[in-house]
Amino acid sequence: MFQAILFYFYAAILVAAALGVVFSRNPVHSIMLLVLAFFNSAILWLMAEAEFLAIVLVLVYVGAVMVLFLFVVMMLEVNIEAAKRGLIRYAPLAIAIALIMVVELVQLIWLRGQLAELPGVFVAYPEGYDNTKALGSVLYTEHVYAFEIAAVILLLAIVSAITLTMRKRPGLKVQKIAEQVAVRSEDRVRIVKMKSEKKS
Amino acid sequence: MSNLVPGFIVDIWDWLPASVQYVTIVTWKILYVTVGVILAVAYSTYFERRVIGSMQGRIGPNRVGPFGLLQPFADVLKLLIKEVIIPSKSNRFLFIIAPLLSLTPALAAWAVIPLNDTFVIADINAGLLYVLALTSVGVYGVILAGWASNSKYAFLGAMRSAAQIVAYEIAMGFALVGVLMAAGSLNLGDIVDAQAGGVSHWFIVPLLPLFFVFWISGLAETNRAPFDVAEGESEIVAGFHVEYSGVAFAIFFLAEYANMVLISALTAIFFLGGWASPFESWTFLEDVQVLGWLVHGGFGWLFAKICFFMYTFFWLRATFPRYRYDQIMRLGWKVFIPVTIIWIFVEGAMAWMHVGPWSGLAN
Repeated sequence: MFQAILFYFYAAILVAAALGVVFSRNPVHSIMLLVLAFFNSAILWLMAEAEFLAIVLVLVYVGAVMVLFLFVVMMLEVNIEAAKRGLIRYAPLAIAIALIMVVELVQLIWLRGQLAELPGVFVAYPEGYDNTKALGSVLYTEHVYAFEIAAVILLLAIVSAITLTMRKRPGLKVQKIAEQVAVRSEDRVRIVKMKSEKKS
Repeated sequence: MSNLVPGFIVDIWDWLPASVQYVTIVTWKILYVTVGVILAVAYSTYFERRVIGSMQGRIGPNRVGPFGLLQPFADVLKLLIKEVIIPSKSNRFLFIIAPLLSLTPALAAWAVIPLNDTFVIADINAGLLYVLALTSVGVYGVILAGWASNSKYAFLGAMRSAAQIVAYEIAMGFALVGVLMAAGSLNLGDIVDAQAGGVSHWFIVPLLPLFFVFWISGLAETNRAPFDVAEGESEIVAGFHVEYSGVAFAIFFLAEYANMVLISALTAIFFLGGWASPFESWTFLEDVQVLGWLVHGGFGWLFAKICFFMYTFFWLRATFPRYRYDQIMRLGWKVFIPVTIIWIFVEGAMAWMHVGPWSGLAN
């Protein structure tokens, strides 16, 4: 009972925050609402005793991805009028995509309901259950190839992003740290021996 | 103990349901830790001013109370009675909420810090991840403060801070991967237990490079000198909190120092054995009457280690000039991340070859 109340409370905040992301005029407000939505889904995962997933969601999405989003959005000059015109133009497409997703989700849940009895409450794990260990023992044994392929794809993304943005501009002055560190006084200072001059 | 408390109070306590008893105890623990952290923050400011004062051949605050010991309270009172000015073109809601967003994670992270072998508010499995997640959330306060102020200087400070914190968080996370490999657990209490047995068993011995990476990244994450470009008072006035005054500024100040104490405590727990005594293996000391207490671990040792790291914070601030921004980025991405990755490989090899008592992977 208590668990159900908590679940609906956080689920309601999650849905409200998600709606706020879409309807908020100010993109910075949208991002902060998205952060709130992430936090609430993390709480729901915590209630399902998936603490590793919950904390990693906060760590990766809230702590890194959304910070970069905020970084980009803050630097945009927000033109609300233009955004409004765009809203009407893109609305039919957006509604169509949303409808397809809703239909798919409902169908999935309905199918799962047909196949097996869905539990109405979160599964209670025995004491001493460690979600992190359980995930790790599956991830590095059964799904190790999928895991490694995902890692390689991410590496590829990093390399290609850097290659796309790296360009050689002519006339750019670059500091060569290794050369600066390796420099010796003999390279820079020339000691000139000369006889003392006589006073004329 | 129980005969000190009147009988009827014990009866009332026993009559309460278990959940209420639990909530009461946890609330007391939270109060205990929060008040402790805030007091520690107050005296850190005094400590800092005295340390830097003596390093620069000055005296530092010595007028309010004996040796200036009441100076923090005078400062707090001054900040409390000042006016909070909200810039007219600022985003009011975000402007007010930003200091709170930076203080809350700094205090909430203390929930999983074990202060001695029994006292911890929340003894959770993934404690290390929790700490990492909360320290990374603290950056929102800084970024939003910079944006909501509607000021160029504040905005520049926020930009610098965001890029810097994201860069150093990765190095910090990799350094902690090394710690969790050595300890074989994400629970902070277990990490301290894995270092039992004296100085040679502390993780600073096998993980010395990771210790330096973690500590310097901690400096950068808290925006302290020499990485304080987010404030950079000689370049961008005061950075992200240039528009803040009074209590709102005090909260930013509190958050910064609470984060410093937190990083000090974490470094002590991860690399210097937390509340464990450095003389744990010298059991012969127990026979000496005066020195017997040195062998046993406890909060005192953790406190001493935190004080040492706080001193190092101030020492570094008084010693080094501010880093140039591109060099900060270079240090984070091109030096620290490769160092941590290489050392994780070295550590894996050590665990595989059963070198040292720390190889948690072996068992």
